[in-house]
Amino acid sequence: MSVDISTVKRVAHLARIAVSEDDATRMTSQLNAILGFVEQLNEVNVEGVEPMTSVTPMAMKKREDVVNDGSKAADIVANAPIHEENFFVVPKVVE
Amino acid sequence: MTDLTALTIAEARDQLKAKAITATELTGAYIQAIENANEALNAYVVTTPDKALQMAKASDARLASSNAGALEGIPLGIKDLFGTEGVHTQACSHILDGFKPHYESTVTANLWADGAVMLGKLNMDEFAMGSSNESSYYGPVKNPWRAKGSNTDLVPGGSSGGSAAAVAARLCAGATATDTGGSIRQPAAFTGTVGIKPTYGRCSRWGIVAFASSLDQAGPIARDVRDAAILLKSMASVDAKDTTSVDIAVPDYEAAIGKPLAGLKIGIPKEYRVEGMPEDIEKLWQQGIAWLKDAGASIVDISLPHTKYALPAYYIVAPAEASSNLARYDGVRYGLRVPGRDIVDMYEKTRATGFGDEVKRRIMIGTYVLSAGYYDAYYLQAQKVRTLIKKDFEDVFNAGVDAILTPATPSAAFGVADQDMAADPVKMYLNDIFTVTVNMAGLPGIAVPAGLDARGLPLGLQLIGRPFDEETLFQTAYVIEQAAGKFNAPKWW
Repeated sequence: MSVDISTVKRVAHLARIAVSEDDATRMTSQLNAILGFVEQLNEVNVEGVEPMTSVTPMAMKKREDVVNDGSKAADIVANAPIHEENFFVVPKVVE
Repeated sequence: MTDLTALTIAEARDQLKAKAITATELTGAYIQAIENANEALNAYVVTTPDKALQMAKASDARLASSNAGALEGIPLGIKDLFGTEGVHTQACSHILDGFKPHYESTVTANLWADGAVMLGKLNMDEFAMGSSNESSYYGPVKNPWRAKGSNTDLVPGGSSGGSAAAVAARLCAGATATDTGGSIRQPAAFTGTVGIKPTYGRCSRWGIVAFASSLDQAGPIARDVRDAAILLKSMASVDAKDTTSVDIAVPDYEAAIGKPLAGLKIGIPKEYRVEGMPEDIEKLWQQGIAWLKDAGASIVDISLPHTKYALPAYYIVAPAEASSNLARYDGVRYGLRVPGRDIVDMYEKTRATGFGDEVKRRIMIGTYVLSAGYYDAYYLQAQKVRTLIKKDFEDVFNAGVDAILTPATPSAAFGVADQDMAADPVKMYLNDIFTVTVNMAGLPGIAVPAGLDARGLPLGLQLIGRPFDEETLFQTAYVIEQAAGKFNAPKWW
């Protein structure tokens, strides 16, 4: 399988990465080189093989359903580019 | 006074305990060494000399009151991927500009609890994506090693290139690193240092910037096998904050060093003899086999039939996980924000400016293979192949093999700004051909220096072990180290 430039632009938008026409052209050939490389996986017979979900056979750990952390809003917003009164500030999303 | 930076961790530990030296003197020697060398090597992106001296002073107090931890007063470098409270943590990416976490990663917290001293944060490929340390926003690291009679700059490997270079150039006593497809073992092999990626689940991933969560593991890069064992003992722990942390007590790895190999069965996989592999590496591998045989191990030929599919499967699984892990960098919660006409435009511009080319490529591949209509063909297929790769190893271990010996890399260190690698991303990916299988199967792997090639550059061998049997790796790697000797880069910087 290979991708064309319009697919690359669509994927870039899904990934929320702005691309110029030049970027998209360059990426198309690079992504096709990688997709060409992974193509060889199709020759493996995977009939009846379970997809891996965990390398270590272990039951998922569960913790007790209790509040054991929190009340650190100021710590959480401390690294935000713009914040106000413990809120993240973003461009207007609702008209 | 002798050069304190020449001491291994084990030697420094003994001298500190005997009060022959102080942690403050030792730390001061490293701060000076970094000051002299970092402009040339670019191994550190940030140094924390004041913090280091403060920590060293506290170590000296604990040493004086015989209250010393296992790493008391030992100065370490920390890969920029580890969250360190109040200190630059950017995964060497532009998108995390100015990020200083309000928490400490479990691995680094374990090291400080044992008395270690932090010298600063080490350079790396952006978000640990790369095999040459050239994708760092902070510029490439130079390998302390150069070919005989040449002054061409070589890469230290990646992604833990800063860690490997700093250890090789004696700019820290040891370093933390991480390995998703070979990022500890490949740079260790390129710099004549020892690097171990432990079993998945051995070191907590909590507080480490995530790349591909089902593959990422932390581990040390050190000057010798014993130092690597000492560091791993402190880094590893069972951690409630990481649900994939496995509930098995951490053994005393150092105790495995020096044990005889009699009775051990070492497997030699025929699939690791790849086309175009330099003769030097084939010779080194044969030499390694001979050393282990001489030490009493029995050698058996084995087959791991799905080896060649590990790298293509990795380049689906790792980008898929990366694309979802890196979705969090949106210009809202931390780091860089580039304004836009609306919120989506802001996201797109921020991510276009903040991520480098290699990171964008992997996010794009990951987004594509997970997108509607392609999931089964790519991601599901890759995860099934991954099951088969793991089964290859299980079959061999079930047949009684204790560890597997392979080359660590398909070549020695290559030049900075190598044209072939720059033109074709897949060529760069092939660096991890011998290491990536280990991540796909979640196994422990160690790279140990075993010799120099004809140009005088270090080459490493890799040992792969059963899950949670790092002890056998230390035991076996030590035998190789004893036979091969240690290799130090002649100082030019």
